[in-house]
Amino acid sequence: MTTVVEPQKLATTDFKGKVDPDWCVGCGDFGVLSALQKVLAEMNIQPHDVVTISGIGCSSNLPGFINTYGMHTLHGRALAVATGVKMANHKLHVIVTGGDGDGFGIGGNHFIHTMRRNVDLLYVAMDNQIYGLTTGQTSPTSRKGMKTKSMPYGNVEEPINPIALALTAGATFVARGFSAEPRHLLDLMKQGIQHKGFAFIDVFSPCVTYNHDNTYAWFRQRVRKLEDDKSYDPSDWHAAMKRSLLWGDEIPIGKFFQRTDLPSLDQAEQIIDERGPLAYRENRIASHVVEKFVSELM
Amino acid sequence: MDRTFAVAIGGAAGQGVATPGDIFAKLFARRGLHVNAYNAYQSIIRGGHTFLTIRTGIENVRCFGDHIDLLIPLNQDSIDRHLNLMKAGSAVVYNSDIIKPIGPCEGVQLCPLPVSQLSKGSRSKVEQNTFALAASLKLMGLDFEPLAEILTEQFMRKGGKVVTDNLDIARAGYEYAAENFQPFVHPLPKTDTQYAVLSGNIALAMGGAAAGVKFYCAYPMSPSTGVLHWMAGHAREAGIIVRQVEDEIGVINMAIGAAHAGVRAMCATSGGGFALMSEGIGMSAMMETPVVVIDVQRAGPSTGVPTKTEQGDLWQMLGAGFGDFPRLIAAPTDILDCFKLVPEMHNLADRFQCPGIILSDLLLSEGRSSIDPRELNFVTEIDRGEMIVAGDPNTADQIYNRYQITESGISPRAIPGVPGHMHTASTDEHDENGVLISDEFTNPLKRRAMMEKRQRKVAGIESAVQPPVLLGETGATVTLIGWGSTDGVIREAAEILNQEGISTNHLQIRWLVPLHGEAIMRVLKSSKYSIIVENNYSGQFARYLRSETSYVPNGYIRKYDGEPFMPHHIVDAVKEQLASKTHTRHSVPMHEIRV
Repeated sequence: MTTVVEPQKLATTDFKGKVDPDWCVGCGDFGVLSALQKVLAEMNIQPHDVVTISGIGCSSNLPGFINTYGMHTLHGRALAVATGVKMANHKLHVIVTGGDGDGFGIGGNHFIHTMRRNVDLLYVAMDNQIYGLTTGQTSPTSRKGMKTKSMPYGNVEEPINPIALALTAGATFVARGFSAEPRHLLDLMKQGIQHKGFAFIDVFSPCVTYNHDNTYAWFRQRVRKLEDDKSYDPSDWHAAMKRSLLWGDEIPIGKFFQRTDLPSLDQAEQIIDERGPLAYRENRIASHVVEKFVSELM
Repeated sequence: MDRTFAVAIGGAAGQGVATPGDIFAKLFARRGLHVNAYNAYQSIIRGGHTFLTIRTGIENVRCFGDHIDLLIPLNQDSIDRHLNLMKAGSAVVYNSDIIKPIGPCEGVQLCPLPVSQLSKGSRSKVEQNTFALAASLKLMGLDFEPLAEILTEQFMRKGGKVVTDNLDIARAGYEYAAENFQPFVHPLPKTDTQYAVLSGNIALAMGGAAAGVKFYCAYPMSPSTGVLHWMAGHAREAGIIVRQVEDEIGVINMAIGAAHAGVRAMCATSGGGFALMSEGIGMSAMMETPVVVIDVQRAGPSTGVPTKTEQGDLWQMLGAGFGDFPRLIAAPTDILDCFKLVPEMHNLADRFQCPGIILSDLLLSEGRSSIDPRELNFVTEIDRGEMIVAGDPNTADQIYNRYQITESGISPRAIPGVPGHMHTASTDEHDENGVLISDEFTNPLKRRAMMEKRQRKVAGIESAVQPPVLLGETGATVTLIGWGSTDGVIREAAEILNQEGISTNHLQIRWLVPLHGEAIMRVLKSSKYSIIVENNYSGQFARYLRSETSYVPNGYIRKYDGEPFMPHHIVDAVKEQLASKTHTRHSVPMHEIRV
């Protein structure tokens, strides 16, 4: 007779980091961190099977506050680092966290290319439309006209649209959350982790210190869940594109788009197969292969 | 150097200089002769002037030498550029339908091939190359059979008809030469050995495969792209993931990500791409995640001269990434060393958990050399250093500190996926357990302790690397000092000087960091007249050596015209400096060949 040992159920506290977050009281990022800890516990994913990777910025401090493997990399480079991690060990759950300046400004190039490669990871951008850690400058998502320390007469540039950008760059899962809607956000995260491919969630995560335009109240009045519209079909790319352009009195949140027919990069990569993660493969090349390599040169 | 023989092919890009070049190199290497080849080319796909020199001989041929024995110009421009440099006893084989030799060339055998008459109406554009190739072999005293073999291999894919056509053309050229031209006095010798012929870039890539590299990524950049091409072409058989990335910033970060997750990772670029990687070099040092980066130097600054060589990136490597941290920098001394250095660098980078930089240049990376295939050792030592992987004896009950303070400065590195060893690797300064001490927990004592922990690795690195050794007799009149790729040409220059009665020894530097300044000073203490030879304007190595040791040599020989040194450049400069009554002991040799 065999006994089935139930895997130990994990609790949110199992994902509590070595230190508590040092974000400002009321920062939107708290909601994102707690949703992430909760979803990992709910999905019973072991902390050592997760790598949380960030760039630099307030929100990029997140890996230090969660008990998983973590990498707190360079400003804007988290997605490139994460791609390398996933290639070396595709069995790991890779979660990338960061802010709008990190991901859409300095990291914009990697953002686009990681999406078109369909790297299997969850990317959570904590979008507060401001540079916080550098004490309040205009970000790529700051609204036109917004006054900051770097643009005291008002931003003259159009903001980037992360959702539309993700859709055109080929992301296979595109969603938007709001840190004050924790259950909704958690559900998006769960779908994003389950999605085999690049899952992008742009999360409104208000900065209570430097952004007095896009406040909790401002968002609360405007956000509308796509899930509440029963006619909305997230497999329809054109419909998603149309909704992504909505901004103003009504701003959609929820899952804009998902397609599951494209292989992720690790699935497309021929080297990754039943032999398991690259990190655990034999270092040596078989002697008959070496002989062939050398004979080509003779 | 015993007698060598050099053949050069000149033509416009797109005229097919490379194929006959490859065939010559293969023929020589299969005949048991050593080969060294260098291609002077331009950043152009069609047109311009490309000049490939292949030099062969019984002993190891370490550079492309000083003169051409046989010139094959494929167009008028090529013969115009090079005929005046041909010496008595040499020969020129050319298509007399389109090329007319102009100017004096005393003692040079002109070998015109009436290509249209010989080809009997066949219209292949590159057939003049095959005629010239076959005729040249006859002049060198080679049999027809080996050429037939290579042509068959070369054209087999294109079908039997193409093979037969090419063999017919080759035979016609060979026979025409037998009837009309005078063979060289010394036919090419033959030995029983067989050599492989490879470029430095292939050697670097194969070195990576031998080192167990499992992740390679790059952005195309001349002259480093050959590494990417070999890696990509052999990735599946070798079990290596090869990725082309959006830019070099992405490249280094992706490589570090892969390395962090437990594989050996490598990337290659040239100076401009390396500039973009600088911040990543610092990340590797701070996270203590090993990564190996190859910089194939080309003439700078900025876009510079993409197809020309230089040793101009040394200070960029020394200063790459801000702040203080241990790093490894070495410059391979020849193409075989390109192969050997890569596993060595990976072992050290893994052991000391720091960035390792390999400083090649266009001369080595795009040059070709013959190598005894037994030297391509794929079972070389692989030392991954102190690494904790899943399945290791379970220490989960103990508290794991990723950046544990140790005497050696090395802290055991757990890769993601190992239970009980979760930690965050951070580019911010951090405590032993990985917690940031850059913001809330800033602490001067901890910062100092972490800085000293990392820097303690330097002592270990120094003792892990051998100091350089003097070649030749101590007490020689002249000591030539070089670094990296100039080894071959300096060795040959020293041989010539010794033969001419100027006793010369030679110190070649391979490891730049660690430098072993004290060992170098012990060697140089007994030198009488020392000259630092390098392929750059400002004497980057001379300045570095002085900054580390206060050593000032007696003279300098520098070249920064984009072309590599030829032995006579060094020999002539040494003689001038020894004869000089003035204080001007700084020679900048002129490159006589117009390429």
